[in-house]
Amino acid sequence: MSGVDAIVDVEVGRVGMDAPASRIGDDAPRPDGVPKVTGDFAFSSDLWHDRMLWGGTLRSPHPSAVIRHLDVGPALALAGVYAALTHEDVPGSSTYGLERADQPVLADGVVRYEGEPVAIVAADHPATARRALDAIVVEYEPIEALVNSELAEASEPIHPDGNVFRRIHLRHGDQTVVGRSDLVSVEGIYEVGMQDQAFLGPESGMAVPDGDGGVDLHVATQWLHADRDQVAACLGLPSDRVRLSLAGVGGAFGAREDLSLHVHLCLLALRTGRPVKMSYSREESFHGHVHRHPARMWYRHYANSVGDLVRVEAHLLFDGGAYASTSSAVLANATCFSTGPYRVPSAEVEGVAVRTNNPPCGAMRGFGAVQTCFAHEAQMDLLADALGMDPVALRRRNALATGDVLITGQRVTGSLPVVEVLDACAGHPSAAVRPEEPMARPGGAGRTADADHVVRGEAVALGFKNLMFSEGFDDSSEARCEIRDGVVTITSACAEVGQGFVTLVRQIVGEVLGTSEVVLEPASTVGIGSAGSTSASRQTWMSGGAVQLACEAARSDLLTRIAGDYEVPADDLSLVDGQVTGLPDGYSPSLTEATGEPVVASVVHRHAPTVPLDSDGQGDAHVSFAVSAHRAIVDVDPDLGLVRVVELTTAQDVGRILNPRQAVGQLEGGAAQGVGLAVMEEVQVEGGRIRNASFTDYLIPTALDMPPVEIAALVEQPEPGAPFGAKGIGESPTISSTPAVVGAIRSATGLALPRVPVRPEDIALADRDPVKSSPEVAA
Amino acid sequence: MASEPLNLSVNGRPHRVVDALPGESLLFVLRERLGLAGSKNACEEGECGSCTVRVDGRLVCSCLVLAAATDGSEVTTIEGLGSDSSGAGLADVQQAFLDAGAVQCGFCTPGLLMAVDQLLDDDPAPDDLTVREAISGNLCRCTGYGRILEAVDLAAARRGSSDDSQ
Repeated sequence: MSGVDAIVDVEVGRVGMDAPASRIGDDAPRPDGVPKVTGDFAFSSDLWHDRMLWGGTLRSPHPSAVIRHLDVGPALALAGVYAALTHEDVPGSSTYGLERADQPVLADGVVRYEGEPVAIVAADHPATARRALDAIVVEYEPIEALVNSELAEASEPIHPDGNVFRRIHLRHGDQTVVGRSDLVSVEGIYEVGMQDQAFLGPESGMAVPDGDGGVDLHVATQWLHADRDQVAACLGLPSDRVRLSLAGVGGAFGAREDLSLHVHLCLLALRTGRPVKMSYSREESFHGHVHRHPARMWYRHYANSVGDLVRVEAHLLFDGGAYASTSSAVLANATCFSTGPYRVPSAEVEGVAVRTNNPPCGAMRGFGAVQTCFAHEAQMDLLADALGMDPVALRRRNALATGDVLITGQRVTGSLPVVEVLDACAGHPSAAVRPEEPMARPGGAGRTADADHVVRGEAVALGFKNLMFSEGFDDSSEARCEIRDGVVTITSACAEVGQGFVTLVRQIVGEVLGTSEVVLEPASTVGIGSAGSTSASRQTWMSGGAVQLACEAARSDLLTRIAGDYEVPADDLSLVDGQVTGLPDGYSPSLTEATGEPVVASVVHRHAPTVPLDSDGQGDAHVSFAVSAHRAIVDVDPDLGLVRVVELTTAQDVGRILNPRQAVGQLEGGAAQGVGLAVMEEVQVEGGRIRNASFTDYLIPTALDMPPVEIAALVEQPEPGAPFGAKGIGESPTISSTPAVVGAIRSATGLALPRVPVRPEDIALADRDPVKSSPEVAA
Repeated sequence: MASEPLNLSVNGRPHRVVDALPGESLLFVLRERLGLAGSKNACEEGECGSCTVRVDGRLVCSCLVLAAATDGSEVTTIEGLGSDSSGAGLADVQQAFLDAGAVQCGFCTPGLLMAVDQLLDDDPAPDDLTVREAISGNLCRCTGYGRILEAVDLAAARRGSSDDSQ
């Protein structure tokens, strides 16, 4: 360690031998829970070093401009300023990126979005750093910004790589059914606004030079090794000279999958020879990470008269903003899951992700499936209406099941309980009552709705997504298990971002090795291979699986060794409650006695291979799938346009529940982000500029906005190939909650509401179709 | 350009801060000058509640309070919430957050605990809407608030039963 005081060596997970081992299925407590409630847990913004400097970033005020002149001299002339760096000071690759390195570390002559980093400084105080940034002279020549995604393809390229990140033209099944006169069709255009992950802990970290040309970077991230490789390339250093350690992560939700301040911190530390800390302000954070892609989507669904889906056609336009980030993979997900968890024998879906001068977009919980779910679920409700069918019955009739074929041509071989989650959710009794208190009506304390005007609506939606990385990505996670003197030490670079991997490790060790003596080493890039990203609902499967396999390998090695010592078959031995059993004469040494000589096992865990999509968007591109259902009940004041989500009910396909308490937390928290997208959350971008880069103006649900989340069922159908049969559960709750809430507002108001978030003016100022303008006033 | 020395008491311990700049917030002084990093900085404008502390018994967002204005004040932070004066041992609200599963990433947790502790001091048996309003100034992005509300109920019930037994 580099003498960084606040990187506390809290031995998370270390408990006494008298504590019972946690097992799979227990409500095991978080091992980092105590330091998190006492304030002792060190988040990345809490890092401190007695010699540290404060870093700051100068960002472009223009969404599109040429830089005519850049002079950091006046900043360097200020007392207390130790470095001021530009693109000329980047020794290695001048660009970085997760899918392609198209984003400059620091702008070189041109800026392509508002907030693009132009220069960085290190100073003795944050206020000095701010003054230094103000002192830097930049002459910009603004050029007209490309901000309309529909014009991107036809416009002059705004980047040498062009304006199209990816196009997928998916064709599946018989393409000649269009024009059949016996079909009912419904058509719609839908739009999803730009959502922010809005984690609470800002981007922050500290770089510490090692005095030998290398650097240690302590940072909050989702994927240490991918960061390390990008940082090292930009620094022009071999990867072993750049060591990343996970600092405490205050939430992630996709926004920490890309680099932010990583390279900047290392450049400043290497230049000054001193530790440098940086922590973004909230305003800077809105400019400093990618957002959920805004999307425009056209859909046409065809069904026969009894409600069997026959064909779906769609065009999906995703605005990726200025740089690639993960746009390509987001678009693949959007396209592959564009029709939802339904049997669709014929489909043509064209997805395009384009480059604009808007803020860059990339990963956020749900990753492409959120946008298309909002659209396909609106379409299912429209279709039910056109057919005169109950919307739940229409969904059930078309529900995918194991053995069915997706629109990508892939056959579902794992579990997929679509009907089960739908029936459990839709059939669950509602506890929602009509609120007496004005505070509980739409608008709450501030703009209380008149009780006589409040109308209630209800709707059900289904969500569908892949688990883990797709399209042939070589996805792996390494874990090591060492057992010495009865203590199990697990090493993994898996990023704990709040999801509870640190809890799961103890449960897995308890399950496999029967002991509560567990130490989880701090996650870093030193001495262990990549764990992959904490994203794509993959860490329980990938890194949980790696830990399980490493523990099993260590157990096997131990029992084999003991069997050799006692000349008995290894198969006779087992490890039960921390004791080796099956030896002659009833001798049963404890794990402590048995591991005076340690055993160590390392495992690199991979899931089943996938293949890229072919030119028709076909192929076995995905590992596993998950489905979720939400039912929303909402109260709406149509005159004021105010909405209160009264109740959410959910059922989810979970494979197997490993920790019920943590699972509930994922379902509730994910649903809150879906409620936010439905009725309040949008990064408002005008002319390429973010208008609401603060928590005053970008609203996320508070405790007064969130309804109770009733869990109707956690449908446990173990997934073949998944460790313990468990599916990742983090993303699904965010996918189907949004369309359920908006469907309920539609049912209350009769409005089409083709865009999220639904704003008060979308309701209050809407042109009401006279046929549908008399929503039933709830009794 | 340091301001006048600042004397304040934090969690019962006197502190003299001699080198703060005039514009520094109470949050900055707590975190960066006194090494009390438990209060968090997440919005800098009093919207998220992550920096919530008590100043002379009143709940404040410490990011909005000038440190200079707290001269002579008694400040309580998350580090001082523990059940005895040394700060050791968990307060009932802290234990309830753990027991109810109210902690995920934990960044909002210190501020929420300060708010919940104050709420239960003021109203030992708050109803659901009262609790929701009392913590509506504390944003949480991980939990959706369900387990937090459960934790408040748990802490209130435990306070009530321990009061009954006295």
